Amino acid sequence: MPAVLRDGWTWAASIPALLLFLPVLTVFASLLHIEWEVWQHLAETVLSDYISNTLVLAFGVGAGSLLIGTVLAWCTTHYDFPLRNSIAWLVLLPLAVPAYIIAYCYTGLLDFSGPLQSLLREFFGWQIDDYWFPEIRSLGGAIIMLSLVLYPYVYILSRTAFAEQSESLVEASRSLGRGPAQHFFKIAFPLARPAILTGASLAMMEAFADYGTVKYFGVNTFTTGIFRTWYGMGNEQAAAQLCALLVSFVLVLILFEKFSRRKISYYYQGQRNVRPKCKQLNRLSSLALTLLCLLPFIFGFAIPVAMLISWAIESGLGQVGQRFMHLLVNSFSLAAIAAMCVVSLALLFGYAKRLRKNMAIALPIDLASLGYAVPGTVIAVSVMLTLTWFDKKLDAVLQDWLGISSGLLFSGTIFALILAYSVRFLAVALHNIDSGLGRIKPSMDQAARSLGANRNSVLLRVHLPMLKASVLSALLLVFVDIVKELPATLILRPFNFNTLAVRTYELASDERLSDAALPALAIVLVSILPIILLTRAIQTESNTGEGQ
Amino acid sequence: MLIRLIFIACTFVLLACDSKVPGPENDNTLHQNTSVERRQVNVYSARKEALIFPVLERFTEETGIVVNLLTGDADALISRIANEGELGSADILITTDIGRLVRAKQQGLTKAISSDVLNQHIPSHLRDPAGHWFGLTTRARPIMYSTANVKSEELGDLEDISDEKWRGKVCVRSSSNIYNQSLIAALIIQEGEALSLDFVKGLVANFARPPKGGDKDQIKALAAGQCDIAIANTYYLAGMLTSQDASQLAAAQRVKVFWPNQGNRGTHINLSGAVITRHGPNPVAAKELLEFMLDKESQAWYAAHNHEYPVRKDVEPSEVLQSFGAFKAEHLDLEKVGEFNGAALQLMDRAGWK
Repeated sequence: MPAVLRDGWTWAASIPALLLFLPVLTVFASLLHIEWEVWQHLAETVLSDYISNTLVLAFGVGAGSLLIGTVLAWCTTHYDFPLRNSIAWLVLLPLAVPAYIIAYCYTGLLDFSGPLQSLLREFFGWQIDDYWFPEIRSLGGAIIMLSLVLYPYVYILSRTAFAEQSESLVEASRSLGRGPAQHFFKIAFPLARPAILTGASLAMMEAFADYGTVKYFGVNTFTTGIFRTWYGMGNEQAAAQLCALLVSFVLVLILFEKFSRRKISYYYQGQRNVRPKCKQLNRLSSLALTLLCLLPFIFGFAIPVAMLISWAIESGLGQVGQRFMHLLVNSFSLAAIAAMCVVSLALLFGYAKRLRKNMAIALPIDLASLGYAVPGTVIAVSVMLTLTWFDKKLDAVLQDWLGISSGLLFSGTIFALILAYSVRFLAVALHNIDSGLGRIKPSMDQAARSLGANRNSVLLRVHLPMLKASVLSALLLVFVDIVKELPATLILRPFNFNTLAVRTYELASDERLSDAALPALAIVLVSILPIILLTRAIQTESNTGEGQ
Repeated sequence: MLIRLIFIACTFVLLACDSKVPGPENDNTLHQNTSVERRQVNVYSARKEALIFPVLERFTEETGIVVNLLTGDADALISRIANEGELGSADILITTDIGRLVRAKQQGLTKAISSDVLNQHIPSHLRDPAGHWFGLTTRARPIMYSTANVKSEELGDLEDISDEKWRGKVCVRSSSNIYNQSLIAALIIQEGEALSLDFVKGLVANFARPPKGGDKDQIKALAAGQCDIAIANTYYLAGMLTSQDASQLAAAQRVKVFWPNQGNRGTHINLSGAVITRHGPNPVAAKELLEFMLDKESQAWYAAHNHEYPVRKDVEPSEVLQSFGAFKAEHLDLEKVGEFNGAALQLMDRAGWK
């Protein structure tokens, strides 16, 4: 028996990883019987649109969130300006706004019949064809909407990376005659590249899987195509094949990213506590910087939330009652529990990869992370297929042996939801844990071991304190993602169990936007609470870290 | 702090999970005399909770049967029923659009039932002859026009809006939407594929803008002067006309309904309806619920709150709907509309309707 198979880590990590990959695998299984007729029809008519729109959307969102996230992270770590500490967490808030909600808000504001254009027409006396106004419901609009709520992925990861770059780096590059701009492009950015690209690839995967925004904007991408083929043509098989093609794109992207940094290992050698000093600026430029850094918060959070509040006021508080409180409690507790499950799995996988660098562990884990790029509905249906299959087998076995029926034991329970969330959001947690673990140099383990610490105390006294921030941000991101998650919740939840996202969707899809505003606001509120708690925890942590 | 929060959260979830998945009906018959357990019925509904819950509540009040409700997207709910198979817990599926009802029947998920109440109140063309699906309400998809730019005399048949005269003046939502798919499916069945393709090509050439948004967005675009005519479902306009929102109301008042094809086949209609599932554990209660939904009071409430036309002839539609006027509706084998859905979609792909 090869050593790999005798190793407990191989089994402990690869079995759950492969189980999580099962739903994605069922998507690929559809490729066994290609629906040539449908493909021919698609190729002749809409397929090229799907491909180009999807790629432009994903790369546009990747570039947009990379730009916003990196600039914010760099400014908040390297310059001192008014409100800097508040801005550091304010710019996280757009995370709490679901992408389709921000799309509704901006459409309401900027559309032809919306208040802004009406005001302009009234003010200047323009008629319909007299002026040009950017069309929000377009591919470009979708890129902006998604970038505005997804840039925090890049920001969180790159901020940590920038903050940990030692001040000695800046000094070294300055002494060699590099200016600040050159330092950024030649030193700081390349060093932070793994973190920045991880964030950007998360944003891109979200963009690949987005359905709500592109559907509302009338942009035809793979996800809209999948549902057209599945629901409209009634061809589940061909829809799954489209989905397999989409996931293949993502796979290529991941491999490319890995390949591009195959020979590079990033570990920081400098003194951790030599934090970069914040540069003081003159009054005018520091004010300008404050304004610049507030922009993502204003456009990604303040404006849409103001829109929601005005709609909510319009429709009144009639909805608030016991049933509404139930929604709040359901959303919050479901997301909290599921987030802990997902992050625990990510920790297991992260450690397995770190301790055993072999393909038997790395490959299943990479495969399991693919779920993030698969549209939620497809994940949900695959999870449903897998679970009901298992339930039926179990029921049959129990009937045979004991004469009792277990019925559908797992399908239609909270467990099914947690499983679907794990498939879908493992990548988010894992990316955070990985980049956290990546910052712990192997030499630290070796140093601790040589000082007589056993493995457990290395874990408890070295890793845990260093990982805390990454674990917290993983928890936060997954929690917020689950609170916003809609399609899987909609399909898999038990009877009489509703969440805020479900309620918002029901009202919004009925085109009752003003009624949908209140549950949408509640989603934002529920997500803000942990964002604030965790930012404070991270800040206290880093402060005490500095004091030591 | 975090740990404490987590514990609180756990407790909440345990409380929330407490609502057990309902058991089978024969439990009740077995323990009829001794058991205090209440009868139940499990509803999968593609209708939003707000549009159905009050009827279900009244059902519980009057019969004592507890209703367990799961709302969701029609197609996903159908997938879930298909998956759960013999162990499934859904007793009844309430959904919109004939396409979905037919799909559930074709996948073998439905049970044929015969009920005098249902047969008496639902006109025969709005239910399955074999008793697999039943219509609850109908909705129409007429032409709507901007009263500022168009006179009703300029309009006639649906086919006429593909005329060059309306170049750049028509608003309609994406062909991904099932309302448009059913509209074109019905057209193909009645007028043939060639004529339908010509019509759709002409229609696409007349688009004022690439299709986007929902039906209400098309109505708003009419009111704002972005286009002159649109195709939209009646209940959206009715909903806007009864809206609290002043801007929606103002927009809707600038738009009127025109009933096309009154001299020939009639205006396109579709329906919302229900099926009783093949493997549901509570078939008797499910049938009772379906019959309850056809009593006069339920029909009146359900139709009024959805702004749809009740299937019962002796129940009046809401006042707003009446203000749109009476019309001649399409009369065709609805089951076929469901079957032609895929063909309609492919035709719209070929014509470039996004």
